[in-house]
Amino acid sequence: MSAASILGKDLTGLEHMTPEQIRLILDTAEPFKEVSERPIKKVPALRGKTIVNLFFEASTRTRISFEFAEKRLSADTVNVSATGSSVSKGETLVDTARNLEAMRIDMVVIRHPSSGAAEFLGRRIASNVINAGDGKHEHPTQALLDLLSIRDKHGKIAGLKVCLVGDVLHSRVARSNLWGLTKLGAEVAVCGPWTLMPRGIEELGVRVFGRVEAAIEWGADVLNVLRLQLERMETGFIPSLREYYRVFGVTPERLERSPKPITIMHPGPMNRGVEIDSRVADGPHSIILDQVTNGVAVRMAVLYLLAGGRAELADAAKRGSE
Amino acid sequence: MSRPTLLQGGRVIDPSRDLDEPADVLIQDGKITAVGRGLTAPDGAIIRNVNGKIVAPGLVDLHVHLREPGNEDEETVASGARAAAAGGFTAICAMPNTDPVTDNQAAVGFIVRQSGRAGLARVHPIGAVSIGQKGERLAEFGEMVSAGAVAVSDDGKPVVSSHLMRTALEYARTFNLPVADHCEDPALAAGGVMHEGLVSTRLGLKGIPSAAEAVMVARDVVLAELTGGHVHLCHMSCRGSVAIIREAKERGIRVTAEVTPHHLTLTDCACEEYDTHAKMNPPLREAADVAALRGALKEGVIDCIASDHAPHAYDEKEAAFDDAPFGVVGLETAFAVAHTELVESGLFTLPELIRRMSTDPARVFHLSGGGGTLAPGAVADVAVFDTTAKWSVDPATFHSKSRNTPFIGRALTGRAILTIVAGTIVHEL
Repeated sequence: MSAASILGKDLTGLEHMTPEQIRLILDTAEPFKEVSERPIKKVPALRGKTIVNLFFEASTRTRISFEFAEKRLSADTVNVSATGSSVSKGETLVDTARNLEAMRIDMVVIRHPSSGAAEFLGRRIASNVINAGDGKHEHPTQALLDLLSIRDKHGKIAGLKVCLVGDVLHSRVARSNLWGLTKLGAEVAVCGPWTLMPRGIEELGVRVFGRVEAAIEWGADVLNVLRLQLERMETGFIPSLREYYRVFGVTPERLERSPKPITIMHPGPMNRGVEIDSRVADGPHSIILDQVTNGVAVRMAVLYLLAGGRAELADAAKRGSE
Repeated sequence: MSRPTLLQGGRVIDPSRDLDEPADVLIQDGKITAVGRGLTAPDGAIIRNVNGKIVAPGLVDLHVHLREPGNEDEETVASGARAAAAGGFTAICAMPNTDPVTDNQAAVGFIVRQSGRAGLARVHPIGAVSIGQKGERLAEFGEMVSAGAVAVSDDGKPVVSSHLMRTALEYARTFNLPVADHCEDPALAAGGVMHEGLVSTRLGLKGIPSAAEAVMVARDVVLAELTGGHVHLCHMSCRGSVAIIREAKERGIRVTAEVTPHHLTLTDCACEEYDTHAKMNPPLREAADVAALRGALKEGVIDCIASDHAPHAYDEKEAAFDDAPFGVVGLETAFAVAHTELVESGLFTLPELIRRMSTDPARVFHLSGGGGTLAPGAVADVAVFDTTAKWSVDPATFHSKSRNTPFIGRALTGRAILTIVAGTIVHEL
């Protein structure tokens, strides 16, 4: 059913991918960017393929981005969300998987609150599985679109200093970014309160800073500001949002310490005035909306490659509709 | 009464008497009647030539979960006792976290009766510390002891209230009853599913820090000192706990401790690929912890090996890591895993291992009526091991009703070929 792809059967995370595979996805995304700029935003690359978007967690941006990517490649898609489906009636993940498989689908895009859920599914069904975020583990397509956005802005990734700021402990975006950035040769740092730093993170080849000021003095080229889940305050990781903003918020005043402009990223949705100041988010060095645009192209590339498409044909696939 | 049995020509290892020599063992009327060379078999005796094999006191496991009453699809007293016999165990102690909880004399008596009906390895009940294991009111220790309880524990959960733990230790003194505690600070461990460390960070799983165990170990030691009670620390997993126990023992505090075969041999790396068969509580920790636990067991800082046999239905483990239950089965692999990893590696001698799996656990829970010795006159609970037998773990062959082992496919050396309880053969390979 699913043809062997250069990426393997599934995309569950960046940790076990090679730098070549990551570059291939970014390069394949380039020709797909243009599709979204057309009046008729559709190519036939995945015509006849059936894709299920299986979202066990609320998501707006990621789900819509995947759905656009699928539709612009002419796939047939079905959205399943946890509420109102058999999942909320107590069906187990393995039963959900078997039932989907029995309907002869081609691909599953899964978002799940449990780390490892995408791998779990991938090992049990023949269809391609794409991880759209599993627990605190990985969110590979987010990291890929972040990498593409950094490459667009700086013309390269190797040698850049990139710092992930904020709630690294609970962040799948941080983990995927960390793997992707280090594999492509960037220098990576993480920064935030010690209560939100996972144990052993320094052993993964990253610098750890306790304060945003230190990351700026280090000479960061890019700050990727992570979303602070508001419930972290209730569970005692930080005393208050007010204090978080004052101590760890990415503000123009802090950025002014840098002799060079620092590129600002955020995976969204933003808490303005908590982890990021509005003047920074809306400022000249913010590429936050470029990230969203690139999200569709990167996901088109992932879907296309996993379906067995060859990178050198991506241009041709695109032209096929012209 | 069973026929006399003569075990001929084996290497007899009896740590209770520091005995390790070639000898025959004669069993009559359910008791060991002679250990020596060239014994003659009485008329009608069952004779087993065990030349080249090890004859030892039957193994004793202070910590198993049989799921009866409540979850008989996962294990029963009889199936657990059968699995135990296959693993060379002649006595096992069943934790009270059944459904309903074994927290009164009738429930304790039920386990004793089911054990008698099965007629396999002895199953000694452990009563609950608190009614319903709710951590509020003390259960009736005195009545449970009369019905056959050998210890009390709220295992599966810690005794959270320090006041309750204090009163349990004090009250248990009357009956010379060990209070076995599952050491875990619930606030530090909340939501955790594996050891907190580099692997949990990479997998994005919530960790349980070693400190969650060590702080409770420290509290229990302090309370044992305060009360003069006997605290038994279940399934120790980390080096921090080892240091606290060592210091407590040096000061003469009444503390004993156990460690599982899996904590002696596996690390948190076993959780890679979200393998739910490596999910148990306490979690598998780091290589330095494994080394410290091995050293502590060798020295006697940790008294014994206990399996923490925890059966679960296969489909419960067929889930995302967060959603799978904690626990692994261990009765049928405990000896072989320990023998392969500790004896074959040269760290322990065989008599040292048998001491930690038989004589010492029997001493810790003051087990009477069999266990831990081959002294003439003692109840004949005996295991014969082939320490050269090579086999690989195939859960489909387990006598346990459950299959959740982290050792699937593992090549092991050594297994029980004959298990005798009160003079009756209950397992023979």
